[in-house]
Amino acid sequence: MQNYASEDRYIKELDPKKHEIALSTEDLHVFYGTSEAIHGVSLPFERFKITALIGASGSGKSTYLRSLNRMNDNIEGTRVDGKIMYRDIDINGKGVNVYEMRKHIGMVFQRPNPFSKSIYDNITFAPKRNGIKNKKVLDELVETTLKQAALWDQVKDQLDQSALALSGGQQQRLCIARAIAMKPDILLLDEPASALDPISTSTVEDTLLSLKDHYTIIIVTHNMQQAGRISDYTAFFHLGNVLEYDITSNVFQRPKIQATEDYVSGRFG
Amino acid sequence: MDSKKWDKIATGVLYFIAGVMILILAFLLIFILWNGLPHVSWHFLTSPAKSFQSGGGIGIQLFNSFYLLILSMLISIPISIGAGIYLSEYAKKNWLTNLVRTSIDILSSLPSIVVGLFGFLVFSISAGLGFSILSGALALTVFNLPLLTRNVEESLRSISGSQREAGLALGLSKWETVLKIIIPEALPGIITGMILGAGRVFGEAAALIYTAGQSAPPLDFTNWNPFYIASPLNPLRPAETLAVHIWKINSEGIMPDASQVSAGASAVLIIAVLIFNFGARYVGNHIYRKMTGTK
Amino acid sequence: MNDEIKEKLLKKSRATRSEFRGRIISFVCTAIIVTVVVSIFYFVASKGLATFFSNKVNLWDFLSKTIWNPGSTDSHGSPQAGALPMIVGSFAVTILSAVIATPFAIATAVFMTEISPNKGYKILQPVTELLVGIPSVVYGFIGLSVVVPFVRHTFGGTGFGILAGTFVLFVMILPTVTSMSVDALRAVPRYYREASLALGATRWQTIYKVVLRSSAPGLATAVVFGMSRAFGEALAVQMVIGNAALLPHNLVSPASTLTSVLTMGMGNTVMGSAANNALWSLALLLLLMSLVFNLVINKIAKRGKF
Repeated sequence: MQNYASEDRYIKELDPKKHEIALSTEDLHVFYGTSEAIHGVSLPFERFKITALIGASGSGKSTYLRSLNRMNDNIEGTRVDGKIMYRDIDINGKGVNVYEMRKHIGMVFQRPNPFSKSIYDNITFAPKRNGIKNKKVLDELVETTLKQAALWDQVKDQLDQSALALSGGQQQRLCIARAIAMKPDILLLDEPASALDPISTSTVEDTLLSLKDHYTIIIVTHNMQQAGRISDYTAFFHLGNVLEYDITSNVFQRPKIQATEDYVSGRFG
Repeated sequence: MDSKKWDKIATGVLYFIAGVMILILAFLLIFILWNGLPHVSWHFLTSPAKSFQSGGGIGIQLFNSFYLLILSMLISIPISIGAGIYLSEYAKKNWLTNLVRTSIDILSSLPSIVVGLFGFLVFSISAGLGFSILSGALALTVFNLPLLTRNVEESLRSISGSQREAGLALGLSKWETVLKIIIPEALPGIITGMILGAGRVFGEAAALIYTAGQSAPPLDFTNWNPFYIASPLNPLRPAETLAVHIWKINSEGIMPDASQVSAGASAVLIIAVLIFNFGARYVGNHIYRKMTGTK
Repeated sequence: MNDEIKEKLLKKSRATRSEFRGRIISFVCTAIIVTVVVSIFYFVASKGLATFFSNKVNLWDFLSKTIWNPGSTDSHGSPQAGALPMIVGSFAVTILSAVIATPFAIATAVFMTEISPNKGYKILQPVTELLVGIPSVVYGFIGLSVVVPFVRHTFGGTGFGILAGTFVLFVMILPTVTSMSVDALRAVPRYYREASLALGATRWQTIYKVVLRSSAPGLATAVVFGMSRAFGEALAVQMVIGNAALLPHNLVSPASTLTSVLTMGMGNTVMGSAANNALWSLALLLLLMSLVFNLVINKIAKRGKF
């Protein structure tokens, strides 16, 4: 891999008057012990748009994503410096209720991780813990979220069966349904289709596109075609820095940075 | 001699020794069951023991064993689950965790007689509980905690971290995630360990001779008020268990049919151990199948 | 924007409180265990050291003298607490039983992992598990009714003594050492064996020169663990050893171990008396030995990681 000057960057500015910003980071650094994995990343994420984070493996895109809802808190020796602004609050600051925050910034992981409970319980588990007891409300929640995740037709007759009996693609869509059952503002997805076959992948992509109307989506992907197909904005990560951030078509067709061009044209990665 | 020949000889020797191992178990089981089972009758299992005359049973000892077992499991299960959660979920890599792990290691390797003497000193004498079920249950708890805790910790660790992330990403606290998601998934392992621990406790005697005591006063099985002195449920009465009984009648030698009673009691003890062993396996598998939905 | 959400983000919630509670609960449970261990040491040590500080028994006399009669005093006016007979007894049964059990256990483990890993393993695995599960009083009872008469007929004497104790402990630690040896052998990477076989070594040469050598630390741990079990076993040994606090002059004369004297004596002495304190000193010795075994196991385990 070539070494590119990290000063050589292009970060598109979004005018707050024209674009509503749902989440943004300011000079975000992530440290694992003494080594620095993310070297100060500042990015805005527009509301009801899909932003793709691309880059080679080890570029820090997943690490960055996981710090957005502070999932890195749980890894011993990890430190995150800098600001994560959400609703005018720095959610990386002290005194922020992390659990409450995660209800609004949901996450779907690389490998499908349904609970070993029934399909129905997978979706209603967290809402129930949050005090929704009404059976009718829960039933409705299960139906709407499964419909949104394009899974309803396949599982509506087996809601009480174990989620582990579903196929990988179905499990991943169940995880999406489970995440949106919390009615989050923002959905973080960490390579949600990388463990899936092409057909399941395209179903998941369709699901994401249809979710865009209600959710701000940030997705990490190593699949450039996927980023091109579904995202509105793309950020290119390289060795812990964002070298280019722009609307997706620009990144893929008219990249302004040499490193980006080399990556999207498949010269490394 | 060439190496091929050696290979054959060595293999033969290994087959022989493995056979001896099986023979030892077979001999033990057959000896105990052959000598013991003829003495086991409904009368033997339900009537009280006698000294200086033959024909006594093991009814009270059997009841004591079970009562003590249940009481000590009631105390040790919650503590071991709490400590197991701490070690698998919260413990950071620091000196405190090292201290905890070393303590558990040491406790698990302590001779049970030392645990029994500690219980005698602290529970029976200092705390004033005397020779009682409660002293015994506490001593057994001390004896059982390290293994149960390790079992809980290992069972929790065997559950993938992605399940924890799933819970946390939904805005649940770590504690809720562990309690409601990880523990239910780890349940087969945890329960198997608990049953095996129960089996160990059931046969333990050295920790009990100076805590639960070596006498089995008659019980009034019609009065279940735990505060009544002869009530079976009274936790402050002395309670010789089955295992202690076997040791006691053999070392005192004042029971004319001691060896028959011992054989019968040993048979009962062995059968209980077998049940605990197979039960642990069966229950563990059963829950696992039920939970994962594979039929 | 929605201010309600903003407010909630800065406030404690049910989840925060449950997390706090959970941390406290799990920490308290852990603290209980540590407290128990610390207090075991404190109580046993404070009682056991009284022999030396209150009753003025010389530590060296305690370890080297052979007359155990702590209820009465010697010509210097200090209790006759010579623990050598018990120390010798404990070490004798421990070492002898380990010497017999080790080849048996390792051979069985080799059989289970190398010779017949499918069928043999499937049969012997539950066999060892069941043997581990048999309560020690049952071993003691069988020792009393089978081993002691056998020793009496074969070697003469009363039958009670070191030899009978050794036999009983051998059978008791055999399954434990075996199953730990199996774990040690299974930890040897498969390519070690494949490499050796590929070089033309026979199966036995592979086992002897490759598998056993590379798993030596694990096997040593298993044996030491078995020894610590044997050293601490009380009732089964007490039932067959004969319980005479005398230096054993042969393997079939009645003897005693630290545990057997403790088992028999604790109920017959008055708390706080010199005789009682001397027993606690034996308990302290037992405690310290179990620490030593633990340390040795940790030392070996640290060395032998793959």
